[in-house]
Amino acid sequence: MSMITLRDISKTYGDFQVLSHCSTWVSKGEVVVVCGPSGSGKSTLIKTINGLEPIDSGDIIVDGTTVSAPTTNLPLLRSRVGMVFQHFELFPHLNIRENLALAQVKVLKRSKDAAMEKGMALLDRVGLAAHAEKFPGQLSGGQQQRVAIARALAMDPIAMLFDEPTSALDPEMINEVLDVMVELARDGMTMMVVTHEMGFARKVANRVIFMDRGEIVEDADKDDFFGKPRSERAQQFLSKILVH
Amino acid sequence: MLSGFDFQTIVHALPYLFLTGMSFTLTLTLCATIGGMIFGTLLAVMRLSDNRILSVIAGGYVNLLRSLPLVLVIFWFYFLVPFLAQWLTGSSSPVRIDPFWSSVITFTLFEACYFCEIVRSGIQSLPRGQTLAASALGMTDRQALFYVILPQALRNMLPLILTQTIILFQDTSLVYVLSITDFLGAAAKIAQRDGRLLEMYVFAAVVYFIISLIASQAVRRLQKRVAIIR
Repeated sequence: MSMITLRDISKTYGDFQVLSHCSTWVSKGEVVVVCGPSGSGKSTLIKTINGLEPIDSGDIIVDGTTVSAPTTNLPLLRSRVGMVFQHFELFPHLNIRENLALAQVKVLKRSKDAAMEKGMALLDRVGLAAHAEKFPGQLSGGQQQRVAIARALAMDPIAMLFDEPTSALDPEMINEVLDVMVELARDGMTMMVVTHEMGFARKVANRVIFMDRGEIVEDADKDDFFGKPRSERAQQFLSKILVH
Repeated sequence: MLSGFDFQTIVHALPYLFLTGMSFTLTLTLCATIGGMIFGTLLAVMRLSDNRILSVIAGGYVNLLRSLPLVLVIFWFYFLVPFLAQWLTGSSSPVRIDPFWSSVITFTLFEACYFCEIVRSGIQSLPRGQTLAASALGMTDRQALFYVILPQALRNMLPLILTQTIILFQDTSLVYVLSITDFLGAAAKIAQRDGRLLEMYVFAAVVYFIISLIASQAVRRLQKRVAIIR
């Protein structure tokens, strides 16, 4: 069953075509990695899925809801799809516990106690229960990103979107975040991940999408993608980032 | 020149100066700050709104009031609004407005423009990712504004807001043109009655200076703390 479907998505900024006729899907429980050179439109693509980036044409369907339809309740849809950003975007004026509870209480109307309890359980899962009373500014980048993942999971999402979750991290912190994501994938979470971490893709991805200049150039099973990429652009891209 | 300086005049006037005068000044400053912050924040949100009508109305209001001298606004409000209210309510005589409330409303309307600009720059200085993160969690624009954007904008701008409040504290002395007994008005009345202009105006200046100086120092210390939290 397809959880997320993109059909012929196009988007322009002025004269610049950011997305050009992109179509793909993510099935329930599937992990899809999106890669490609910077400026290829992959971050824009993933942000269209929960309507943070409006599109000019095409259809996006998430769990049966058409995202771009004018009648769609976007806040409701977004509350069901988790998103993790490159720069974490924790709320600096709230401590970690409050960061996890805010949307649960205000959006899902959970009681404060239930939200706090849920938050603590998830903090424990990402190994940060001891930091619950700290503020985001007191944590390392890797810790902040793990909190951000826990914050998204607290909403009991049907799918998770990751927009370059490790790109802003110091190298020694990347693995602690990837470990959490790997575990999440193994638990069966439906995930779409924009990343350059090909090790992560090899480990848990079902499919890999390669984008360039706003187009989906290649959309293949993981083994096919790494074994014998068909397009020349994907081959070049892989040879550049896999050498190191 | 100081040989004739009569400290006794000041000592005798202290209860009147502070209990009547300063208490009015501080009450007006407090009310106008609270009113100005609420109205100013509303104006800031209107100015930044996607709705063009709201943003043009708020922008026009702010630019108009900021282009007028405060004294003129005080006069205008105190002398013209009673006639306006008479016309609006169909009353037979001009509607008398209590001078205290007249000043509170005038200062609220006027200071709101300055608070608006402070809050607006506070909101604009936040990374766009904060709004995106709030939206991605399913918050409506209003929830994002109240729980994520405004708390941060106000906290970051607190030193500027307090500095503006100190300016407001000094500006309230302008109500003396309405013969209101604020601190300066009280000092002026004693000065006229006892013929002790030098004593009273020097003393008034010293009191304004000391209060403003202490308040600015407190703001500066607060500013350092805010910087650390951020």
